[in-house]
Amino acid sequence: MALKGLDIFKLTPKTNCKECGNPTCMAFAMKVAQGAIPIDKCPHMSDEAKATLSEATAPPMKSFKFGAGETEHAIGGETVLFRHDKTFVAHTLFGVNICTKCDFDAVITEVEKVSYERIGEHMYTEVLNLTFKGDQAAYVELVKKAMGHGRALILECTDAAAAAAALDVCAAEKPILNGATPDNYKEMAELAKAKGVLLGVSAPDLDALYDTTAAIEALGYKDLVLDVTGANVKDTYANAIQVRRAALKDKDRTFGYPSIVNLSKIAGGDTTKQTALASMFILKYGSIVLMDGMSYAQALPLFGLRQNIFTDPQKPMKVEPGIYALNGADANSPCATTVDFALTYFIVSGELERSGVPVNLLISDAGGYSVLTAWAAGKFSAGSIARFFKENDIESKIASRDLIIPGKAAVLKGELEEQLPGWKIIVAPNEATGLVKFMKDLNA
Amino acid sequence: MAFKRVPQKFTASVNEVTIGTGDKAIVLGGENVMPLYSFDAPITNRVKIGVEITDSGYDKTVPGIAAFYAGAETIGEIAKRASEMPGGDFVVLTLEGADPNGANKPIDECVAIAKEVADAIDVPLAIQGCKNIEKDAEMFNKLAEALQGKNILLISARTEDYKQIAAGAVMAYGQKISAESAVDINLAKQLNVLISQMGVAADSYVMNVGSAAAGYGFEYVASTLDRVRGAALSQNDAMLQMPIVTPVADDAWAVKESVVSEEDFPEWGPRENRGVQMEVSTAAACLAGGSNAVILRHPASVKTISELIADLT
Repeated sequence: MALKGLDIFKLTPKTNCKECGNPTCMAFAMKVAQGAIPIDKCPHMSDEAKATLSEATAPPMKSFKFGAGETEHAIGGETVLFRHDKTFVAHTLFGVNICTKCDFDAVITEVEKVSYERIGEHMYTEVLNLTFKGDQAAYVELVKKAMGHGRALILECTDAAAAAAALDVCAAEKPILNGATPDNYKEMAELAKAKGVLLGVSAPDLDALYDTTAAIEALGYKDLVLDVTGANVKDTYANAIQVRRAALKDKDRTFGYPSIVNLSKIAGGDTTKQTALASMFILKYGSIVLMDGMSYAQALPLFGLRQNIFTDPQKPMKVEPGIYALNGADANSPCATTVDFALTYFIVSGELERSGVPVNLLISDAGGYSVLTAWAAGKFSAGSIARFFKENDIESKIASRDLIIPGKAAVLKGELEEQLPGWKIIVAPNEATGLVKFMKDLNA
Repeated sequence: MAFKRVPQKFTASVNEVTIGTGDKAIVLGGENVMPLYSFDAPITNRVKIGVEITDSGYDKTVPGIAAFYAGAETIGEIAKRASEMPGGDFVVLTLEGADPNGANKPIDECVAIAKEVADAIDVPLAIQGCKNIEKDAEMFNKLAEALQGKNILLISARTEDYKQIAAGAVMAYGQKISAESAVDINLAKQLNVLISQMGVAADSYVMNVGSAAAGYGFEYVASTLDRVRGAALSQNDAMLQMPIVTPVADDAWAVKESVVSEEDFPEWGPRENRGVQMEVSTAAACLAGGSNAVILRHPASVKTISELIADLT
């Protein structure tokens, strides 16, 4: 990453042949250093130089896909430790642990219950972690049962024979084989390589994890995932952070892989503690977080938090424009309008719901900005609201002629009365916290 | 070739602020590492938990909370019970009834309630206002006077009212205050600068840099916390080194997930469990961002978060 233009220039033929499309080798080197063009644009670069450069310019953390078809998910590829430095890219995946001694049908029934939509994203538990407990035939049966449930699989199995038998059944599903340890890594690396699956590495401590990972890399296999689960909560938190920090801040490629955190091993049986830990590992570098289960009560905050954290700080979250009927509103219920910025929508709709008063919340496209910003940018104006009314044929869909507008956009009242003749424009309080009382008074 | 550890221990550290008096006084802040990174350097003061009650008592609609306080009738008895909640470190009294748009309890009545609470407990006390600027400013000064010597924390002072509160509560009566800003590092710093320019010492105030429930714009909270802690430690920015106290319960128990009934959303399961999961998820995310104390309501949340803090310290 830190290779400078001059370092790259030294590796070029320095002939200024212009075949790469740049006037000089120096200009070419500068652009490569910025990441503007790939190194292989130069036809005269030696293979050795190319290898040096691609190693040096490779991303600090590898990104992979696992699962196949609808169960395919991306992990890794992060470049920053804090989302405000750029953005986090591959969101934390959640998985549920199922062992050969578990009642598979009971677990999968619970897992499949949680499935819903939130701001355009389908929320569900994406991964099943199948743990081997010493019975190969039972394990293969478990793997067979787990296939076809629309979830990516992890085979947590340190027994090479059982892992091979399981992969014979499910290699096409591209599972992760989480089974390499300091004792068996050679066999496991061979198996993962032969079957073309990601290999999970675990070890008793960080030093052993580092050495084992380095040893597997030396065998020529670099499609790895690091199981950073330690003996307890403290070790696991320390491992997850130190592995990611070593990769991104200290540029240590041996730890530049996605991570697995298994909460059942450090907080087994305590669902509330698992919720708390999962929340921390969303922020602190868990690529895949495995748990005892995932009920709605846990999913609602966890998937919401994940959706928040894995947004690009430069792009606001938006909700779809449209008519949102709250509290059983019908055509005779009054209308209220605000912007499509997700945070505003959630706060406003939440307060309106708490008031219990039926109301049609009309959301128009305001560029994903807050009320004042959207108004200042001309994206939330009398014109834009009137246009939304026309395009969505509000007047024939809704009989009421009351429209409540945000207090912060009170200035739009006069203009709206002109542009929407027949409508009574009502100004709401400045802050959403005043909405419950306001709606109740309005309804009284 | 073994793994080369590069500990991130900073020369700068978070300020230490003491709340309460005597044996049970608590110290917030003091760490010189990123949140709970005890593998980089030891963390001197454990993260603390405030147990929230209100002037009208507690939330009787949540069975686990109601069961915990069962039999406690007066506000003093309720406060005593809160001070004994396993895992809690201090009591937070929220005077929501003072709100002119709500019950509009007179200030004298609120002060009497606060006195009764303070007399009933031996742990430190924090008092949250009703969020109405005029009322809070006046009430905080009366509270500070009435509870002189108790070293209480008043939550919050904002841009609009910090002058009255800092001059009255801190300078005149020696209490502690929390500077509240809305999820923006620049606003947080600006308010801290203004308060310090009034002559308030660095060990006399904490900050609340904004809060939200998990899923409700928490990315702003998370990034503000990350940036504030980053600036405090790596850039040694003295105007961002105040300990952070984050009220979690208020947001966590107000979002739809924690409010709607099981009758309306049968697949979501019992409301109480949803509220607890929302409260612990939000609190844990705040801890990962660097909060030095969180304010919670439910005994199950307090238990879980206190265990988590003990595990990580």
